Amino acid sequence: MSPAITLAAGEASEHRPLIISLFAVFVLATLVITVWAGRQTKSASDFYAGGRQFTAFQNGLAVSGDYMSAASFLGIAGAIALFGYDGFLYSIGFLVAWLVALLLVAEPLRNSGRYTMGDVLAYRMRQRPVRTAAGTSTIVVSIFYLLAQMAGAGVLVSLLLGITSDAGKILIVALVGVLMIVYVTIGGMKGTTWVQMVKAVLLIAGAILLTFLVLLKFDFNVSDLLGTAAENSGKGAAFLEPGLKYGATSTSKIDFISLGIALVLGTAGLPHILIRFYTVPTAKAARKSVNWAIGIIGAFYLMTIALGFGAAALIKPAEIIASNPAGNTAAPLLALHLGGTDSNWGAILLASISAVAFATILAVVAGLTLASSSSFAHDIYANVIKKGKADEKQEMKAARWATVFIGIVSIGLGALARDLNVAGLVALAFAVAASANLPTILYSLFWKRFNTNGALWSIYGGLFTAVFLVLFSPVVSGNPKTSMFKGVDFHWFPLENPGIISIPVGFLLGVIGTYMAKEKADKGKYAELEVRSLTGTGAH
Amino acid sequence: MATDAPPPPQKGSPDDRPALPSTEEFIEVQQSEEFGELRHAHRSFAFPLTIAFIAWYLLYVLLSNYAGDFMGTKVFGNINVALVLGLAQFLTTFLIAWWYSRYSAAKLDPKAEAIKSRMEGGA
Repeated sequence: MSPAITLAAGEASEHRPLIISLFAVFVLATLVITVWAGRQTKSASDFYAGGRQFTAFQNGLAVSGDYMSAASFLGIAGAIALFGYDGFLYSIGFLVAWLVALLLVAEPLRNSGRYTMGDVLAYRMRQRPVRTAAGTSTIVVSIFYLLAQMAGAGVLVSLLLGITSDAGKILIVALVGVLMIVYVTIGGMKGTTWVQMVKAVLLIAGAILLTFLVLLKFDFNVSDLLGTAAENSGKGAAFLEPGLKYGATSTSKIDFISLGIALVLGTAGLPHILIRFYTVPTAKAARKSVNWAIGIIGAFYLMTIALGFGAAALIKPAEIIASNPAGNTAAPLLALHLGGTDSNWGAILLASISAVAFATILAVVAGLTLASSSSFAHDIYANVIKKGKADEKQEMKAARWATVFIGIVSIGLGALARDLNVAGLVALAFAVAASANLPTILYSLFWKRFNTNGALWSIYGGLFTAVFLVLFSPVVSGNPKTSMFKGVDFHWFPLENPGIISIPVGFLLGVIGTYMAKEKADKGKYAELEVRSLTGTGAH
Repeated sequence: MATDAPPPPQKGSPDDRPALPSTEEFIEVQQSEEFGELRHAHRSFAFPLTIAFIAWYLLYVLLSNYAGDFMGTKVFGNINVALVLGLAQFLTTFLIAWWYSRYSAAKLDPKAEAIKSRMEGGA
């Protein structure tokens, strides 16, 4: 056992009964919601789209709950606590990205699709090849994202509960996996949406409470808070300036640009976010829910400033690093310090914030599982294997089996990946989404000449380029501290994030593929898609 | 290819709506002046604005990378240019979202509604 783990385990074990009871309360409450939602889930539209009866505000909350993952809450707070200003740069990219979804994607998607991202990608194209491609990229993106959440859950919960044995960590990952299978197979989109709403409320409440307590310590003087953080970090004014994490070399600077592009273009191509727009009745409601989400997510990311710099100001950096080298436990530690390390309040706050973090992971994991299993059932099973002849019952059954299968796969991968670099996986999911999905979504909606061949080149080309470059990047091998495989080095691609190459490749291949094919675009189908996407005619 | 056709709308689900207008009607509407105006109103607003906010965001990323001294300039107390520009990104995001919603409620929704109700009701 390493000294770092001993320290965290020692700190957490006194509060273990309280943390476990709060986890149990949350799990029970969400299971009740799931069973209740399951009773109302009868048709395919209930299962895939929650019956399309959620209000814009409800969906805005659920979108926020789906989007603010463990990477947002624990990752950003930790990154700010350790690297100061550079950690905050994530918050900005994650937020600005929503404008792409708002201006170009959310409403047309809601108007012209039914259940999946593939509905829109394949609308004007030959169904089977494009559905297969869309299903493949949906599942790949979701599994990478899922893997990151599972690995994060394992590490976080193990640390907080003081579980350090490998068997214990695998057990936690398995528990998360079983819960997500239950949420999705029983509750479908309805259950998942309610779990995400509850989680969003808890997360925002937790963040407001911590922010208030941090600011109270500094008499609401933000300049004072920043000054103390800079001093306590041992890095002085540089802590408040860009460059501590990414400014070291010219390569790391290019890596930062690459990350920035992937973040801002990735969101509008994430399938688990896109399918949320089907849960509201109209495109106007989809627009309003994005606005709510921008407000809620924006407010949350603003609070990460107080959380991250608060942790930097109030806790010794060595203590944060000792608890988790990536800073992932900075927010729970901050709660402990704000309540008082040797008072009951500290224990209660630590337990509550840990339960919030756990809720965060479960809600995101459920959304990702739903996205990949509905794409499997609707795109691949119903439209490719059954050639559009499956009835609703068969399709839902396929979706439930796909959920169980994906759940088991991610338990397996999550158990293997429990020591992997979580941030690398999330950024990869964003880069793959921006390279494989976004170009085809935009070309389908706005480019008349675009055809099946272009869609296939763009989806597979973007997907392959992104995954291939990551495989030979320092994320996978070559960095003795942070790589997935520590003993070997087969990397030749210098950047951690492939976005700066793979996103332009995805866009370019869409154009080249389109002009390489003799096939003309289907004019009638484009007329249908364009008119429907802008007017909502015949929207389901 | 027959197998490439999208699945027919299924009966009996709450998703059930009257059948879509025919392809010919869609082509006719797509080429109408009224739809052309709607398309232009959307594109001439959304496309330049998207390019503008992405450029503004990239400018901010590049400044963070290559203009460290400028970003580190103190504005007041411990608040520096980097933090002010970061908060400005939040502000512009909120403003653009608000502006787009106002614009679409005034300029896009009425046009879209008119075409939709004619296509679903009349034809």
